[in-house]
Amino acid sequence: MPNYYQPEIETASREQILAWQNERLVKQVKHVWDNVPYYRAKMEEKGVTPEDIKSIADLHKLPFLTKADLRDAYPYGLLGMPLSECVRIQSTSGTTGRRVVAFYTQHDVDLWEDCCARAIVAAGGTKEDVVQVAYGYGLFTGGPGLNGGSHKVGCLTLPMSSGNTERQLQFMTDLETTILCCTPSYAAYLGESIAEAGLRDKIKLKAGIFGAEAWSEEMRRDIQNSLGIKAYDIYGLTETSGPGVAYECSEQTGMHINEDHFLAEIIDPETGEVLPEGSKGELVFTSLTKEAFPLLRYRTRDICVLTRKPCSCGRTHVKMSKPMGRSDDMLIIKGVNVFPSQIETVLLEQGYPANYQIIVDRVNHSDTLEVMVEMSPEKFSDSLADIHDEEKKLVAALKTMLGIYAKVRIVSPKSITRSEGKAVRIIDKRKI
Amino acid sequence: MIHQISIFLENRAGQLAQVTRVLADHSVDMRAISIAETSDYGVLRVIVDDADKATNVLLENGFILSKTPVTVVEVPDQAGGLSPVLEALAEGNMDIEYMYSLFTHRDGKAYMVFRTADEEKFKALVTAHGVALAGNEELGIK
Ligand SMILES: [Zn+2]
Repeated sequence: MPNYYQPEIETASREQILAWQNERLVKQVKHVWDNVPYYRAKMEEKGVTPEDIKSIADLHKLPFLTKADLRDAYPYGLLGMPLSECVRIQSTSGTTGRRVVAFYTQHDVDLWEDCCARAIVAAGGTKEDVVQVAYGYGLFTGGPGLNGGSHKVGCLTLPMSSGNTERQLQFMTDLETTILCCTPSYAAYLGESIAEAGLRDKIKLKAGIFGAEAWSEEMRRDIQNSLGIKAYDIYGLTETSGPGVAYECSEQTGMHINEDHFLAEIIDPETGEVLPEGSKGELVFTSLTKEAFPLLRYRTRDICVLTRKPCSCGRTHVKMSKPMGRSDDMLIIKGVNVFPSQIETVLLEQGYPANYQIIVDRVNHSDTLEVMVEMSPEKFSDSLADIHDEEKKLVAALKTMLGIYAKVRIVSPKSITRSEGKAVRIIDKRKI
Repeated sequence: MIHQISIFLENRAGQLAQVTRVLADHSVDMRAISIAETSDYGVLRVIVDDADKATNVLLENGFILSKTPVTVVEVPDQAGGLSPVLEALAEGNMDIEYMYSLFTHRDGKAYMVFRTADEEKFKALVTAHGVALAGNEELGIK
């Protein structure tokens, strides 16, 4: 039996959705033109004015925004409202240089929480449920987003944040959690911990909403079996709000994009050309309703496919596949965005050669990051303790830059594989 | 002054063999060898008959190394032979960074390499305890 949080929106006719999108896009472009000089300059450069955008058929005329724009415009350059109207920021992990700060008005927070509420209800959530939010809280959008959505549905919300597995399990059993929200790798880990502690009989979970990192169908089966639940995927990015941009329904065959708020396109990442429906390409989002951080044609760098095939759940919003890769070199490790260039920066700062290799793997459902670094004459010492101290400094600097632990392995000079003269920088062994 | 060569070695099969092969190919003779290691890498320390030549050929073969002055003491090749040195260190309240033995034995003498934080103080301490220092000549080092 399908459940909806906002049935009139979630099952609206195609015509109705298009009508909302057309009206909202025109209004949003005007809002951005009037309030975001950074994007207005981009439009002017392309010779586009708000008058040129009469419906979503004109969307392709607008310039793209990229992460580089977000960095250029940091912190206030893409702000669409006076700060006095903003009530919240969220931010991506990473360094100052790579950090993205997104702003929210109260209205933005409200709509974001609606989107998360839709995801919770689609996973079978009602006000009778106990929702354990084990995503990180704070600047990361996962915790606050699902927390707000859970409130909206009227669930008893357990704002656990991530980590402290023992406490997670205690609350899960004592308060009889029915819906778990966290990263898929943590869900898998909790599943193992429950089996080890022999708590399976005390677990009342029925569903889980897992996102912020890539996971396979195989991993879904493992989690569903170990926790005895249905596991639902959820998608989002800080730039467009956070989790809840798209979410899975009971069919579990892709995520419905909340099209009344987010207009999705698939483009060729090389040419920027819009691709026909069903093509695999880079996902681009236009925020239709965001006031404080109204991004138009933001390139997510996620590669996926959109489909409008009717869904058995009754929802009419377009579905996106799980992201199949990236159109840049960004890695998502433990839910954290990592760019190889960040690692290179740290190595150079710390006086190591820039010839490195990153090895990403998934061990016991948890991502691991190893950075292979070549020893250099400057870093070498006759004392093993000195080398080890330098290594510890490098580990600490990487942690500061990336926000996650990276194991460092120091190897012989000039030993890192080069193929056709070009070094292989990333080895991702994860089977996703 | 005796110089030890310290070489960076990744903990990988064949790394040590590579060093000894390069030295053997250039007829460099080893007098002592010692390895300090972690699970990922180590420092190989060698005393050779021709430190300059060894340094050049190892660098040419892409190794990373450093030359460190060390002190070699001469001790009786018998039980308790090392005691006077260790007692001298205890008395002077000096720590040993590392020590290892030379292959060379001659006329009832054995030779030990010592590395401490203060080589001059170390030499003064042990000679005051009647311990003889070995030089390049008696060890056949150029
Ligand atoms: Zn559906």
